[in-house]
Amino acid sequence: MTKPHLELTGVEMAFDTPKGSFVALDNINLKIKKGEFVSLIGHSGCGKSTVLNIVAGLLQASKGGCILDGHEINAPGPERAVVFQNHALMPWLTVYENVDLAVQQVFRKAMTKQERRSWIHHNLELVNMAHAANKRPGEISGGMAQRVGIARALAMKPSVLLMDEPFGALDALTRAHLQDSLMSIQQDLNNTVIMITHDVDEAVLLSDRIIMMTNGPAAAVGEDLAINLERPRNRVTLADDPTYVHYRQEVLKFLYEKQRKLENIAPHRNKKATGTTSKHSALTAKT
Amino acid sequence: MSTLLNPSSETRLRGGLKVLTDRFSVAELAQASKQLLLPMVGILIFLGVWHLAAPQVNTSLGTFPGPVQVWEQSGQLWQEHLNQRERADKFVTMQEERNARILAEDPNAKVRIRGYPGAPTFLDQVVTSLVTVMAGFLLATAIAVPLGIVLGLNRHLQAAINPLIQIFKPVSPLAWLPLVTMVVSATYVSDDPMFEKSFLTSMITVTLCSLWPTLINTGVGVAAVNPDLLNVSRVLQLSFWTHVRKVVLPSSIPIIFTGLRVSLGIAWMVLIAAEMLAQSPGLGKFVWDEFQNGSSQSLSRIMAAVLAIGFIGFVLDRIMLVIQKKIAWNE
Repeated sequence: MTKPHLELTGVEMAFDTPKGSFVALDNINLKIKKGEFVSLIGHSGCGKSTVLNIVAGLLQASKGGCILDGHEINAPGPERAVVFQNHALMPWLTVYENVDLAVQQVFRKAMTKQERRSWIHHNLELVNMAHAANKRPGEISGGMAQRVGIARALAMKPSVLLMDEPFGALDALTRAHLQDSLMSIQQDLNNTVIMITHDVDEAVLLSDRIIMMTNGPAAAVGEDLAINLERPRNRVTLADDPTYVHYRQEVLKFLYEKQRKLENIAPHRNKKATGTTSKHSALTAKT
Repeated sequence: MSTLLNPSSETRLRGGLKVLTDRFSVAELAQASKQLLLPMVGILIFLGVWHLAAPQVNTSLGTFPGPVQVWEQSGQLWQEHLNQRERADKFVTMQEERNARILAEDPNAKVRIRGYPGAPTFLDQVVTSLVTVMAGFLLATAIAVPLGIVLGLNRHLQAAINPLIQIFKPVSPLAWLPLVTMVVSATYVSDDPMFEKSFLTSMITVTLCSLWPTLINTGVGVAAVNPDLLNVSRVLQLSFWTHVRKVVLPSSIPIIFTGLRVSLGIAWMVLIAAEMLAQSPGLGKFVWDEFQNGSSQSLSRIMAAVLAIGFIGFVLDRIMLVIQKKIAWNE
């Protein structure tokens, strides 16, 4: 078997709190192939963002580790570009300058000034934002700013693109529009993507694989569901597609039956146990 | 034929009105008049109350001056300044003529021109005060902004320095002044001094009192940079200097400027007090001298100085506002 592109082994994350150690993640194991689009889904507070931040290098795992292309990750870097939930553009820079900040940092030596300029424009065109190159983030809508955030991340030519609920703060129509854009960009560039979401449709529509996480504390990988749907995918035709509906059902079942959010957190150990035994059960399901 | 001409002139008139209403909508005109009119009304009422109330107050130097007397004395101060300038010019030309004569007799003779020894006028004092306040404020900024950035970036250092800031911030300039005077006298010893000692004393006192708002605001602004932006900086692996220059500083510019404006206001207030107490040249000394002088015009002249101090303080703040609008991204 070939070595995986990105591998998380036995990742555990414990935070120190005044009440003692709080275990957020417990023994996360993941192998991701090159060009794979993976979604992490789970209830809020289950540590999805923590996993992403560990891969990004913004957080250090307490135990276990993360290997990308044979190198251990222990610091952030542009080869693992992050798209943040609230675009995180510098409000004092124009759209162009925001992308330029990243491009200059990453390709200062590799590209000439002219090449950098056309590379920035190329990435802005990719997300349909070239027309607003000279606008400040405050002058464009949230959806447009998020596009620029994606352009900035793509412009770093990352080996893995990390997206932390990239469309979570947008209205439904804008979100659908951006999902379509992301799918078509992904079709061309074939990036490795890890996306965090709590939107079931978004996960099924965009992903090659959905990683479902159990509830925290001590969250773990509950189920790992491969999505074998033809690309390009169309949200309208897929809506009635039985396979699509089946996948959707699987995720919903996991979230609202097996991992139903309970008020009482005490019996989570038992739940985790059921979560791990049912692992891969979805993979055996007929597609 | 007049019936033919009339409509055309009428349309021209209408056209003219239309241009006017196109350029300034009715709402805009109302807004402008409100912006100008209400402040004018406020000032007029103030002048009226002042005019009526002033004669009721009797002091040992006569009644308190009303707006008319102050206006007259302002003109007087201006006239004195012009006269003094004229005398100074004459003094210099007289010396030049004499030097020319000496040089004509003996080309190797050493000649020099003495500065005019007359007392500084009101306007000279204004200029001195402005130079001092700017020097003190710039020094305060040069200390406070870098120090604030360091404190904002390092939580441990902030915790260590914070008590000192809290203790020194409320200290009055008058308390600092004797110490600064003694230290300057003891340390700034030179045969050919670049600055007057009195200038240094006032300037350092201004610096000590005015750097705190800028320091505190810079620290707060730097510590409050959006964590997402800090993460972007980490993902991009920006170097420390690039991080400070491209992320931290621009992000905190608006709050730093708020601090700078408060600092400049304090600097101006402190300077007048320091000059008054230390008898160093400037507006404060002018006020003190007039008070000691105790002539019948003294109160009017002090009142003129008070208004000038207020007006200059206002203009300084406006200048800072203009600079802020030029530099800060959120304006």
